[in-house]
Parts: sequence; C-alpha cells; structure tokens
Amino acid sequence: MSATAAGGPKKTNRIGLELAPYKGSRTTLCAGCGHNAITERIIEICWELGIQPWQVAKISGIGCSSKTPAYFLSLSHGFNGVHGRAPTLATGALLANRHLIGLVVTGDGDTVSIGLGHFMHMLRRNIPLVYIIENNGVYGLTKGQFSATADIGSKLKTGTINDLPPVDCCLAGIQMGATFVARSFSGDKRQMQGILKAAFSHKGLAIIDVISPCTTFNDHEGSTKSYSYMKDHEEPLHEIDFVPAYEDIAVEYEEGCVREVELHDGSRLRLKKLARDYDPRDKMEAIRLLNESKESGEVLTGVLYVGFAPTFIERLHMVDEPLATLPESRVRPSREALDQIMEELR
Amino acid sequence: MSTSTATPLSGPEAVVPPAQPGRIVNEFSIQVATVNGSGSQTANNVLMRSIFQMGVPVSGKNMFPSNIAGLPTWFTIRANKYGYIGRKKEVDFLVAMNPETANEDVMTLAPGAAVVYDEPLKLSALRGDLHFYPVPFDKLVGPVCPEAKLRKLVRNMIYDGVVAHLLGIDLEEMRKALFKQFGPKKAKAAQLNWGAVVAGKEFAAKNLTKTDPYVIERMSENAGKLIIDGNTATALGCIYAGATVLTWYPITPSSSLAEAMIHYLERLRRDPETGQATYAVVQAEDELASIGMAIGAGWAGARAMTCTSGPGISLMAEFIGLAYYVEVPVVIFDIQRVGPSTGLPTRTQQCDILKNALLSHGDTKHPVLLPSSPEECFSMAQTAFDLAEQFQTPVFVNSDLDLGMNNWMSDPFEYPTEPIRRGKVLGADDLERLGGFARYRDVDGDGVGYRTLPGTNHPAAAYFARGSGHNEEARYSEREDDYVRNVDRLLRKFESIRAHVPAPEILDRPGAKIGLVYAGSSRYACEESRDQLAAEYGIEAGCLRVKAFPFTAHVGDFIDRHERVYVVEQNRDAQLLCLLRMEMPAARIAKLRSVRHYTGLPIDARSVTREIARQEGV
Repeated sequence: MSATAAGGPKKTNRIGLELAPYKGSRTTLCAGCGHNAITERIIEICWELGIQPWQVAKISGIGCSSKTPAYFLSLSHGFNGVHGRAPTLATGALLANRHLIGLVVTGDGDTVSIGLGHFMHMLRRNIPLVYIIENNGVYGLTKGQFSATADIGSKLKTGTINDLPPVDCCLAGIQMGATFVARSFSGDKRQMQGILKAAFSHKGLAIIDVISPCTTFNDHEGSTKSYSYMKDHEEPLHEIDFVPAYEDIAVEYEEGCVREVELHDGSRLRLKKLARDYDPRDKMEAIRLLNESKESGEVLTGVLYVGFAPTFIERLHMVDEPLATLPESRVRPSREALDQIMEELR
Repeated sequence: MSTSTATPLSGPEAVVPPAQPGRIVNEFSIQVATVNGSGSQTANNVLMRSIFQMGVPVSGKNMFPSNIAGLPTWFTIRANKYGYIGRKKEVDFLVAMNPETANEDVMTLAPGAAVVYDEPLKLSALRGDLHFYPVPFDKLVGPVCPEAKLRKLVRNMIYDGVVAHLLGIDLEEMRKALFKQFGPKKAKAAQLNWGAVVAGKEFAAKNLTKTDPYVIERMSENAGKLIIDGNTATALGCIYAGATVLTWYPITPSSSLAEAMIHYLERLRRDPETGQATYAVVQAEDELASIGMAIGAGWAGARAMTCTSGPGISLMAEFIGLAYYVEVPVVIFDIQRVGPSTGLPTRTQQCDILKNALLSHGDTKHPVLLPSSPEECFSMAQTAFDLAEQFQTPVFVNSDLDLGMNNWMSDPFEYPTEPIRRGKVLGADDLERLGGFARYRDVDGDGVGYRTLPGTNHPAAAYFARGSGHNEEARYSEREDDYVRNVDRLLRKFESIRAHVPAPEILDRPGAKIGLVYAGSSRYACEESRDQLAAEYGIEAGCLRVKAFPFTAHVGDFIDRHERVYVVEQNRDAQLLCLLRMEMPAARIAKLRSVRHYTGLPIDARSVTREIARQEGV
C-alpha cells in the first residue's frame, strides 16, 4: 500500500515512485474530451498498482485517441505508429521482449474501420496486452465523420443519419478470442479504475471499449455517444472492487450479493450485483446479453467476460530472456552446424 | 557463385580441348516439357544433379505456370564446360512429355536438335531435320510400378534413364543423385523410382541408336561445390546473421524463403537444454501486419525481418516510411516477380529496384542490396541486418524468382568472420553514466543517433517514437527548423551508409571503350555477353556489377573510364539506370545506354550481345 504521510514527503507508491513520473505532457485534446478522463485513469491506476513505467510499451495508431500516450507515463517507451495498425506494432514489440507490459490506446476508427483486420487477428492470437478503445463513434481529427461504431440512427452535427449497423468491439472481442473484455464510460471514474486494474492484472488480451464522448463533433442531441445519452442509457452490470494480489484485504459482503473472480496473478475482482446476477466467466451468457442489449438500446458496462487461454507468446515456446538482447553466442549457430549443412547439399 | 567461378571458367584466351568431330561435348541445353503437378521436378533435379556430379558446370531453370496442376511447365538444364550458367534460349535436346505443347516445342527447335518423346505423340512426322527418339513410357512404367496410382509420378523418371543413356551420363552418378534427392527417409520411394530409371536406360540401350551429337563427359570443375537455391541460401544467411523475428505472409516466390528458414531455425536455433526457441516466426494476416510486426520487433530490439514480393512491398509502403522516419531497423527481402498487379507471378524480373530505393510517401531513400548468387544471398543477409541496426533504418535485399527459386551451383558458404553489429544502443549503465540522451541528436556526425530499447531498466531510457514531426529529443514538433534539421540529418545518414554498402565487382578490360553495368541475377548473361562481344565482334567491354544502392564512388569512376556504358537490367523502365541518373552528374549520364529484358524469363547472353551490337552499329 502506498505510504501516506500528511505534511511529510510526497506520496509514493509501492515501488517508491511519486505520481509525477506517471504523468505525461499536457493534453492537446479539446476541453471535456472523454479521452482526457481515460488518460487520468491510466495515470492513477498505474501509480496505484505500482507498475514499473519503464517496463511499459505504450503503442497507438492515428487519431485523437492515439495522441494520448504522450499524455501519460512519460517514463515509458511510446510508439505512435500508422493508422489502424497498432496491434501489429504491439505484437512485434512483445515478440522482441516478452516481458514488456503492452498498452495499446486507439480509437474506433483505428480499431474497427481501417484496422479491423489487425484487430480481429490480435483477438484470435490472444496477444497479452491491455487494449483500450476510446470509442466516440466519429473521426475527430478529420472533423466529424462517422466511424464504424456509430449506431443506426445516430445523427452527425450536419444532420446526416447513420443507417449502417455498428461493429460491437466487445462482442467481437469475446467471439474472436480476447480473454478479458469490458466496456466502460469515460464519465464513470470508479468503474474505469476497477476495470483498468483488473485488465493490467490479467494474463492475456484485455479489451476495454470505453464510450468516450467527443465534445466537439458528437456530443449533441441525436448522438448515441454523447454524455447525456450515456447518462440515460448506461446500464452497469455490477459495481467493481479490485483487490490486488499484494493486498490481502478481507471485506465482508452480505451473502449472495457479490461475485468474486480470481485473476491469474492472484488479484481478485469483486463484482457487486446490481439488477442482474451476472457471471463474467460465462461466455455464452455474455454474448447473449450483448445481443439483447442491442435491441433494448441499453449500453451495458462492466466486466463482460473473463476467460483463460494460452497467450500467443506462450504458444511460441521462446526462451525466457527477451530475444532483443540475446548475445551472439545464442543466436549465431556454430561453424560445425554450417559445415554439416553444406555437406548435406553437396 | 563466387567471382572466380562465375566468371567464365575460361575466357576466349583459354584452351579448350577440341571435341571429336561430330560431337558436342558439355556445351548444350536440355529442355524437359511436362505437365505441372506430374512430379517431373524430382526427375529434373536428378538429371541436373547427375550432370553436376559429372563435374560439368550446370544450371537449371524451372519455367512453371501459376497453377497447381495441369498447365504446361518447362525445365531447362544448361551444361557448359566454360562455366556459362545463364539462361540459353536455344534448346538443343528436348524431352517432350506434354501432349499440349509437344508440337510447338518441336517446331521451335533449331535444325539438328534431338527429341526424346512419348511415342503416342508421333512427333517424328513433324520435321525431318531433327533426331527423334520415341519412348513408350506407358508400356515401360507398368512393370516397374505395380501400383497404378503412382505411375503418373514414376513415369517421369524413365526419361532420366533414357537421357542418361543417350548423353552418356554415368548411371552410378544418377543413382547417387536420385537417392540424395529422396533422402534416407524415403528410401522405398527412391528404390521404386530407381527401377524406372533403369528401365529407361535398358530400353534406350536396346532400342535407340544415337544419331545426335550431344554428349556429357566427365570434368572436374565442380569439386567442393554444392547445389542450393537462393531462398534457402538467404534463409541460412538470416539465421547466421542472428535474426530473431521473422514475420511473413505467403507469396510466390518468397514463401520458400520463410519455409526454409522455419526448417533450419527448428534445427539450429533451439536451446539444446530446454528446447526453447531463440526466435519467433509469425505468419501474419497480411503484408501490412508482417511489416508492422517486424517494425514493432525492430523498435523493441529484435533483429527483425520479413520476406515478400512486389505486391507485398506495395502494401508495406506506408509502414516502411514510418520505419525510415522513426529510424527503426528492419530488413525486407523482396524476391522480385513480374508485375504490375498479379502480373506473371511465377516469372522473374528485376522490377522493384526503383520502388524499393524510394519506397513510401515524402522524401524517403533506402539502402537496397543486390545479391547475384547463393553465396551472396548468404553473406548479404548478414550485411543487411548489420546495416539496418548500425544505421537504424529499413534495408531491402532485392533477390528475384530466378535466383531465389532455381537451383544453383555454389561454393560452400563461409562462416561469418565479423561479429554481429548491433549499432548504437544505450543500456542502463550508459544512461546512468550519461544522465540521459536525445534520441535523434547527431552526436557522432554520421547522422545516426543513439537509441534505447523498451524495457531498459532505467528511468531515463524512454523516448517517444512517432511518425509525426519530431525534434532531437523525439518530442512532437511542427517547427520548420526542427523538420528541416531532422530530414537533413536523415540524408546525412544515407550518405554515411554509402561508405558501408558492399562495393561493386569490377572486371576491367584493358582498352575497353564500352562498359556494362548490371546487378543481381543479370550477371550471368552479362559476363557471357562480354565474351561473345569480344569473340564475335572484337568489342572489348569492361564490367561492373553493382551490389548495392546507394552507389559507391567506384560506379562513377567506372563510367569515367568508358566512352559508353550499357546498363543491362530485367525491367521495362530502366530502373537501375534511373537510379544512376538520380545520383550522377550530367557528363556521366550522357554516357549511359540502356539494355532491357522483361519477358519474364531470365535474361540471356545472346539477347544482350545482339542489343549492344545493334546500338554500337556493328
């Protein structure tokens, strides 16, 4: 637990770092942008969990959301790549160094428009990283065109109405192989913190679809990704408490009102029931409920699915050390081996 | 091929023992025309290897359709005592097995050629100026292959026996070649096929009277040599370069590079104690992903590579620009094939030279290495990784289908003598000592900054890699002075690379007024053409084989030494010439002439010689 000493030295986390190193440069996004709230949550929970900043590789594509890695974790290596292809860069980085903590922040245009193919293949590979979709239904940097997550009937500022069905990132995530899938709302601070902490503790691909309103281009009457729409339609599945592995706190709950889900590193998710008794380990139920919510117009938030499968990195049976720093003696075979091959080809 | 052997074994000045009258010894080409998917590749490789084992310089070129089974395919073997192993257009000895093409194959032969053919095709009626040898393949295959469904495959081995008899190939050499081809695990299949060879040989001995002049006689030119295709050689080169990440997407003619690499990685690069791999291979969802993963891996410190062909390169264009601007090492092997678009996917060209040198939008320039032989495929793979990491930039290696997929004679590869060069990477200790670093500052004056790897255990290690404008500290910047300083440094870096790329191979001729400039697999035709020009036209020509872009100073000096310089290449638009024009002053440009070959088949010496003679007005 972080040391707190009122009036004494500044607060440090469990690895002895203050909050400042977890921050980044000043945001250049619009005032009130949902993405800024997500940035704040990343800073808070990475500090709280005591994540080593220089073990993190933060990777993004192109768009408003993809600018945000500059605004958090200034001591982490960052790579702001090309549009839609952050999953490929992240996969490559983890191949080179399997011990990196991968964090990808992208948007809806990045993930399910230009980058849908890479997104799908990242899902089926179960690449071990945290993948945040800052989902506002529009392209901000190009001034307000629909993305592929825009709902049917959603209206642009220009009055144009979307008549194509949206891609549901969470449904795709569950069906294609992500092992942790959650949806949240940038305005729900407590829920986001719980979900992010659980995602960083999960071993495997964690997909977090965060509805993050665009105050400039998609926060008006008729938008289904606005603050007011979310206030009216968000339907949390549960209240989330996260108990990290290093912190063994026993909390008394009334019998039957809490579901506890143990994560791979020993951390525990405590999900306090609301309207439904929802078990995120039930894949079919998650899929059914997401499909049902499409019809009802509810935006279900919370931890939708937690599962287990070998990660892509595990499947490759690599040596434990990062490939990146293996010495020559480990990567250049012997002269005798070459001579043997030459002999075979004679 | 090494310089000493690929240079014709003997030039015009060499003494060649005269053949007996009426005999043409070790100087002709054999073409086998079959149906794709009929198993003829094994028979053809055994025939080629038998000649190789007889000590006769030989090359084999497979001309195959973009098809799994059913379309016509031709395999051409050239035996040449002088060591000319480029393609020869004229066919001297035809094996006609494909009913669909047999008539045309026969009609295009020069008078005096020999034809072994499937008897029911009745080809001997077509012409009176050829030597015909009918063989009843179906009758012969029955007794040696009781299992009917294997007959289609075994049938082709019969022509090996017939040809061995007619050309005088030592049957023991053919037996060795056949068993080597099948390997110890398929000894039973080898035995079955050997029966077919013997049946062919016995039939020929009893029923055919040799009337043609073509003969293979034992030589001793191939001592110590081996046979390998360029893609396998490249794969081995990458493994010995210490490549750790291969990401790829299947595309002809590069797939066999990745597959050979997977094969040898399994064998060579697993920890002997734990069985764990010191590498990662990913078959990606497309070429965008394969280059993206390779760049991500290169950024994080792996020796990362991908292999592809023209269409894949087109898809990678945006990402390559990112790697150039962010300064990430990555090696891209382009096994060139005929474009544009799907083009002729199983035919060869050198058509991505210009594209790769300048790939992506904005001001971009990349080093391109141009191997010409298995030995160079092996050694240049290592050079490519060293350059990529030393200069923190994408490096292309342009091979082609002819070099990559065909079998070539080769000297054994030399074990690397130089240590692996990882370039300027700061570790935690360096950072502790320095107190920090600026990623894109030109500290050493060579245009190359110092980088750190993600995961470096130091709070000062991080920097932000971005494809948008950035300053020396890797911070976002749209300032004009930051932009210009940065791209000017990148140009300075490119100039530094010039001093480190492989120097050209130069074959000067005293008093030569004309010069030939070429690259990659064009060398065999050009070196033979040089001898033809001297012997037939009295024109002496110097030769310069470019091994890399950017060009070294040798190229300009070579142009200065000659009155006219013919740039010989395998594409329509004179791409190598365009790059020379980009880099040379006007006086040198004025000397440049162009010889282009772009049919999809490998370039041949005769075509080069004719075109140069035409342009020379002789």
